[in-house]
Amino acid sequence: MGLTGFFLITFLIVHCLINSMIFFNDGGQTFNHWAHFMGTNLIIRIMEIGLFVFLLLHIIQGLMLWQQNKAARPIAYAVSHPERNSAWYSRSMGLLGTLILLFLVLHLYHFWVPSRFGGMASIQPLEPVSLSDYANQEAHNLYREMQIVFQNVWVVIIYVFGVFSLCWHLMHGFQSAFQTFGINHKKYTPIIKTIGMAYSIVICVLFALMPISIYMGWVN
Amino acid sequence: MEHYNMNLTLKVWKQKNSQSKGSFETYKVNDISSEMSFLEMFDVLNEQLVHDGKEPIAFDHDCREGICGACSMYIDGQPHGPWQQNTTCQLHMRAFKDGDTIVVEPWRSSAFPVIKDLIVDRTAFDRIIQAGGYISVNTGNAQDANNLPIKKQDADDAFSAAACIGCGACVAACKNGSAMLFVSAKVSQLALLPQGQPERETRVLNMVTQMDKEGFGNCTNTYACEAECPKGISVANIARMNKEYLKAGLNTKE
Repeated sequence: MGLTGFFLITFLIVHCLINSMIFFNDGGQTFNHWAHFMGTNLIIRIMEIGLFVFLLLHIIQGLMLWQQNKAARPIAYAVSHPERNSAWYSRSMGLLGTLILLFLVLHLYHFWVPSRFGGMASIQPLEPVSLSDYANQEAHNLYREMQIVFQNVWVVIIYVFGVFSLCWHLMHGFQSAFQTFGINHKKYTPIIKTIGMAYSIVICVLFALMPISIYMGWVN
Repeated sequence: MEHYNMNLTLKVWKQKNSQSKGSFETYKVNDISSEMSFLEMFDVLNEQLVHDGKEPIAFDHDCREGICGACSMYIDGQPHGPWQQNTTCQLHMRAFKDGDTIVVEPWRSSAFPVIKDLIVDRTAFDRIIQAGGYISVNTGNAQDANNLPIKKQDADDAFSAAACIGCGACVAACKNGSAMLFVSAKVSQLALLPQGQPERETRVLNMVTQMDKEGFGNCTNTYACEAECPKGISVANIARMNKEYLKAGLNTKE
């Protein structure tokens, strides 16, 4: 769980960093350049397969844990106050994970499926760009796709909700991964926990700002 | 602290044996002193039940001074009740008010089947200890204190881990019914000291294998165990065991 989770945490950094290029407010020029790099670079494409494998493993491990842990307590307590001993999001990783997965299905349908298998309805060829490496190829205008998708206020709401679920999932997951690897240190664990909190909040605020900014017309 | 008496309603889990189903029964107890312990309150109730020709409630207890780990009640939604770092026998009635209703259940875990009422079978812990929670060498007489230099920090950590009384509150508190805090405390207290080194690797592997066999759940790091542990055993022990397990798994020659 920790190992696969950590891979996904690393992926989110790259994903968030590249998507944040839209905040340059240059009509998506920088963003599209890097999106194209990610979509065509061989190493990245191999890592993409790894990403799906790790995601799948993460889900399978989660389901196995859920099933085994349910069997470990066949009779529930009549009265229980877990809020007195642990954080709600640490106890709700399965629920938060399911919400993220539901969001992910929609998210992949919006961006990943059309960019891989065609069908990006309103794709226009990119404006001439400075880099020669894709001057002759047809490049997907993912930025334009974002603008189209985030016209719908309900989509924006679902995305923000999905990102919130992710935030809480990460708040527990980040520090939990270190504990699983056997790293719990008087000096370093408080630092790891602080970094985990900061990472979760920064990543998710940036992600949430993307659909909101496009919908509100703050970036174009 | 001011002394007061109270009348209480108790909802207690009654179960004839491990095969029967069990259900809650409601009892009234009157004139309970705020200076009584929780178990003394149960003694009063049981005396009353015996006097009325009814069957008393079965519950585990031994030393009644918070060091043996026998008492094991899930009181109002928390193992060992509302006080921090405290066992049921050391919980005093001043934690409650006149007119309170208190719900008392046994530990709920498939690895701890109910024997009767509030008593659960915790021999799963004994079998985990038998799988490796010991040292096989004969240590002989106590040596001179400076014969075996041990880092102060290691001695302190080993001592803190050894404070575990094996009551099972960690399993009871964990939403997954995991026994990782108990097992990790027992692995740590020996892994940190020189006498534990020869069997360090086989110990952790065998104890974890036995833990899994007993049907405990998995640790998802909610740290509810640490918060509810009457001895304040740290989850740093769980991290240590994870590391020990990983290292032993990689090093083992079989």
